[in-house]
Amino acid sequence: MTEVIIKNGFVFDPINGVKGENMDISIKNGKIVQKVTHNAKVIDATGLTVMPGGVDIHTHIAGGEVNTGRMIRPEDHVKDTVSKTAMTRSGTGYSIPSTFVTGYRYSQMGYTTVMNPSMAPLEAKHTHEELNDIPLVDKATYPLVGDWWFVLEYLRKGDLEECARHVAWMMDITKGYAIKIVNPGGLESWGFGRNVHSIDDQVPNFCITPREIMVGLAKVNEMLNLPHSIHLHTNNLGLPGNYSTTLETMKALEKVPYNGKPVAHITHLQFSSFGGDGWGNFKSAAEEISSYINAHNHLTFDMGQIIFTDTTTMTADGPFEFTLYQLSGHKWVNSDVETETSGGIIPFQYKKNNAVNATQWSIGLELALLIKDPWKMMMTTDHPNAGPFFSYPRILAWLTSKNARMATLKNCNKKAQKKSLLPSIDREITLYELAIMTRAAQAKALGLKHKGHLGVGADADVAIFNINPETTDIARKYKTARKAFKNAAYTIKDGQIVVKDGEVVGHADGRTMWLNVKTAEPCRIDEEMKSKFHQYWTVDYDNYPVSDHYVKVKDPITIKASV
Amino acid sequence: MIVLSPLRKFTYPITAECINPDVFQGKEISEIAKLPVFEGNKPKTLSDLFKVEKDNLDTPTITINGDVSEVRRIGIGMKKGEIIINGNVGMHLGEKMMGEKITVNGNASQWAGCSMKKGTIEIHGNAGDYLASPYRGSTDGMKGGKIVVDGDVGADSGCYLQGGLIKIKGNNTGQFLGFHMSKGTIHVEKNASTRLGANMTGGKIIVSGTLEELMPSFTIDTVKAKVKVDETESAAGPFYVFLGDLAEKGTGKIFASKANNPQLKSYEKYL
Repeated sequence: MTEVIIKNGFVFDPINGVKGENMDISIKNGKIVQKVTHNAKVIDATGLTVMPGGVDIHTHIAGGEVNTGRMIRPEDHVKDTVSKTAMTRSGTGYSIPSTFVTGYRYSQMGYTTVMNPSMAPLEAKHTHEELNDIPLVDKATYPLVGDWWFVLEYLRKGDLEECARHVAWMMDITKGYAIKIVNPGGLESWGFGRNVHSIDDQVPNFCITPREIMVGLAKVNEMLNLPHSIHLHTNNLGLPGNYSTTLETMKALEKVPYNGKPVAHITHLQFSSFGGDGWGNFKSAAEEISSYINAHNHLTFDMGQIIFTDTTTMTADGPFEFTLYQLSGHKWVNSDVETETSGGIIPFQYKKNNAVNATQWSIGLELALLIKDPWKMMMTTDHPNAGPFFSYPRILAWLTSKNARMATLKNCNKKAQKKSLLPSIDREITLYELAIMTRAAQAKALGLKHKGHLGVGADADVAIFNINPETTDIARKYKTARKAFKNAAYTIKDGQIVVKDGEVVGHADGRTMWLNVKTAEPCRIDEEMKSKFHQYWTVDYDNYPVSDHYVKVKDPITIKASV
Repeated sequence: MIVLSPLRKFTYPITAECINPDVFQGKEISEIAKLPVFEGNKPKTLSDLFKVEKDNLDTPTITINGDVSEVRRIGIGMKKGEIIINGNVGMHLGEKMMGEKITVNGNASQWAGCSMKKGTIEIHGNAGDYLASPYRGSTDGMKGGKIVVDGDVGADSGCYLQGGLIKIKGNNTGQFLGFHMSKGTIHVEKNASTRLGANMTGGKIIVSGTLEELMPSFTIDTVKAKVKVDETESAAGPFYVFLGDLAEKGTGKIFASKANNPQLKSYEKYL
């Protein structure tokens, strides 16, 4: 019967419309409650900012790609080693931290829920083993189904209902949370050394187009009533002039019936908003993209903000990683995950004095500031692709303070400075909007009803920051704010204090969430399907599913599908 | 001037980043004696392992008398002063060094001068593998300064070289000398082993003795009578000049002595 009361903090809880009011938050048995007895442990939050625990909708923290990234980058670990303490285990950090360090660092920034956005179904067991080892945060993972052979075949036949049942089965056997689509059609093409270059290109051997895959799976998502929408990494990502593909994609998704809940989440939007027609005249298309988004409501997005540092790019988008390899000549991992997806990894250094990198940095912030509704645009770095997640406080400073971003911009490449829209944008994100972009909007988009808010019944995941909104103007004192967001005064996970003054002081395993989708009829698993597994996979059907015992702390979410 | 003498023969690896003139500068001898080191995984102080003495010369010099082949990371990132080691020395000597001089009157172990930027390292014995090379996986090679080795060097030396000069006077080098180098000079006064200059994209390697193997991804460019080693010195030829590594579209140069490499004569017909 642990009871905690957080007294007198400035509470920012956008889902419940609380805008920095002085309130007490009561916690009992890991949940937010109306009131507690006088025996409750008191946390004095006078002069501090209280927010729901952070939610990260897109961060590569576990799985085959992440681990291969660790293996090829000993030089990344040597510059950031973490010693053990009485409470924590040792590890290495920087762009691909070890599992324990991942959990600790997220928690130190006040995050309590993180989503691993890319998992080849074949690597599901590995992914869950790593997720089990990430402490202090709740987590879930999205299986890649956009180029999965069975899905492509059902979509070609137009059999959406069977496709939906198949996807429901996939969520269960991979212990997945959402439908992830990466460069639809492109990954299958990459198996033959090719790519698709528009949303209407044919995928080799399947007589289907990326448009049909995206729209089909978005409809499947609605038929299954999944809590999140489809999670989409667009075609032509990372190539100059790709904003037109992104616009076409967004228009194509208008065809999916919209009933108030977004039909798709387009992730790391920065990488999909490039103008120009080559690297020479590379420019921002943030204006075109954001004006479309401001006029439409059927989608949500996250930033994929660039940090100027040495990081590691990793994505299932194999052909894009090949482009990066041709640009950088760095060590490159390329893979084709059997019938499911592809993958690639390349270390990459984003430099201020590089015109393209500096423009990319500007694009991310332009998008976040030009998109008026913070519920649509969430803050991420697509960790570690655009920068490691523990750089979030720097992004928060850039968003909340024009001074902060101008101070960085003036050290950037001169050509990029001239093209940047940032000097013309005066908007400074408020603490309330920040709480939306880092927690509330992410929890809402993910359909996590018990997270991202502090209403009665919510999980007692709370972050307290050393910022007094009455005396500190974060737009002027951005360095103070940056420091406060880097080291949370308190992080509370399920009612337990796990971080105090930026130090890990408690342990919690964190739950793994997955979807248990109940369809009226079960998915068709016949001899034909099993023989396909036998013929095309290295793993037979019987050994394929991830059984429940793989997951350390289980939190299945039961969904009733409408098929 | 500080003189350190090992109190015993070390059996466990010792990590002693504190043995650095910049760290010793301005400290009393009693403070120096208390500087932290690790023996294996046990924290110790410098005076647990060394006799620490000070002589009356007031120069920022450290002299080590005795075998310190288990002591790692001496002179890491040093900017000023000098280190003289009368004996063999352990791994990572002068890593990321920024200036002045280290002299070894003995052999140096692996990663001597790893990623160094400036200054001079003189090794009057042999050097181990990875001389002047960066850590595994890193591309952050030696950027400047000078390393002179009187004896042989081990494998994978001068990897990712980005500047500076390495002079090797011994009879042999290890494999993959100058792997992936992009700038700077390596002068092998005697013989060089296989895979010389693999993946090099720039810079030059001069072999005044015999070249055991020339990679097939190098092509002959010309013959030169002599070649400049640095501002003050040039090597006397004639030399065959090879361009490569073409597998990396490289424009690095290997200069191989014409007199000592008759096996390369067949290349002359392509001139």
